[in-house]
Amino acid sequence: MPTESAPAPAQPRATALPMASASARLRHYGRSVGAVLWKDLSAELRSKELISAMLVFALLVILIFNFALELDRTGRENVAAGILWVTTAFTGTLGLNRSLAQEKDRGSLDGLLLAPVDRSALYFGKALGNLLFILTIQVIMLPVFTVLFDVNMVQPMLLLVVVLGAVGYSAVGTLLASLAVHSRSRDVMLPILLFPVALPVLVSAVRATGGVLTAAAWDQIYPWLNLLLVYDVIFVAMAFMVFDFVVEE
Amino acid sequence: MEKPSRALQTLNVVAAILMLAAIGLVFFYAPEELVMGQVQRIFYFHVSSAWVGFLAFFVTVVAGVLYLRSGKMLWDRVGSASVEVGLLFSISAGVAGAIWARPIWNTWWTWDPRLTTYTIMALIYIAYLMLRQGIEDPDRRARFAAVYGIVGFISVPITYMSIRWWRTIHPVVIGVASADAKGQFAMTSPMLVTFLFSLFAFTVLYFCFLFNRLRLSRLEERVEQLKAELAAA
Repeated sequence: MPTESAPAPAQPRATALPMASASARLRHYGRSVGAVLWKDLSAELRSKELISAMLVFALLVILIFNFALELDRTGRENVAAGILWVTTAFTGTLGLNRSLAQEKDRGSLDGLLLAPVDRSALYFGKALGNLLFILTIQVIMLPVFTVLFDVNMVQPMLLLVVVLGAVGYSAVGTLLASLAVHSRSRDVMLPILLFPVALPVLVSAVRATGGVLTAAAWDQIYPWLNLLLVYDVIFVAMAFMVFDFVVEE
Repeated sequence: MEKPSRALQTLNVVAAILMLAAIGLVFFYAPEELVMGQVQRIFYFHVSSAWVGFLAFFVTVVAGVLYLRSGKMLWDRVGSASVEVGLLFSISAGVAGAIWARPIWNTWWTWDPRLTTYTIMALIYIAYLMLRQGIEDPDRRARFAAVYGIVGFISVPITYMSIRWWRTIHPVVIGVASADAKGQFAMTSPMLVTFLFSLFAFTVLYFCFLFNRLRLSRLEERVEQLKAELAAA
């Protein structure tokens, strides 16, 4: 498919200013992140291949669960939270894998790395793109779940859980995908690297979702949101620190 | 083939003697536990192996940080050697634990936070080895392994917390009461001595394995070099 593989346009105006003020540098940084994000989004808007693949895959996972678990009315309510996040985890690896594999196969990763921007800006651009893809799928899945499982998943509280969970998952997922993409069996590698590390996200997101669905008291849901937040902060900071080593060529 | 260095030979002998002594203490010095009986004796080696597994993965993290800071290949070799040794000990800790748990808990396995977290930690370091295998370029392999070793280790305490809360906040999922409570016992002082001695002996055994593994990877490198020289000639 002839999608453009041009690297993010470098911005010569802002780069040659080592003395530039902190705010100017921050603006430049923000623009670089935006450029990477925009490149991914516009490529996806033209081809729509990733979102459609993820969506169909997510539906298939739900379908398989439906048969595998023999869901009756009470069973459905109990496991809906779990199925939502297992579906997210599986579907997420598809998107994460593609987002880096595409760059590598088209040779555009080198182009990105040559851009005169901070390396971590590339990471945040990529991670934000992945986050948006995962969130898009989840936002579509929530009403689908509501219909198929007959539990109300369209709740504002649930959106908070979904965002917190997706941030953690795509933060660590983008970092590990950029490791996996260089290994020989990369498609298989990512879930093996990612699932054990992302487990706390899944556990707490499932618990928080379950709490919201069963209308549990706030003090039952709050610790999980807290843990998700802690995880998100730690792993975004972590990725920021180590990403330079991943792409240092 | 070069001989192992004097220090390594000494370490081997010391580790062997310590292990023999530890076995002696476990079977002949430590008293039989009143409730659990003979099977309790496995506890000394079980906890020691688990401790060494944890120590080994921690050494990998430290080696990873040192590698990323200095770029010295030695630290990469230390990291990967430590993972291999660590996995060996964590698997033996798991097996020993299961043997103990079968008569005491009446099950080989429970989803207790400690067991689950430990297993996930071992899985992270199995993934670490697989990642290494999949990357050809030694430089990149070392960098990626260091990064993954650190990232994986940082997730371990969060995993532990999440699983512990999962148990305590929702008591529905608990079959029996706290699994920890079953099989608790008070250690008498010969037991404590045996326990501490086993910990010490296993720690020395860990370093013995680690340095032997490091020697092995040096030899492997030498073989590669010789092969390359032969191919060039």
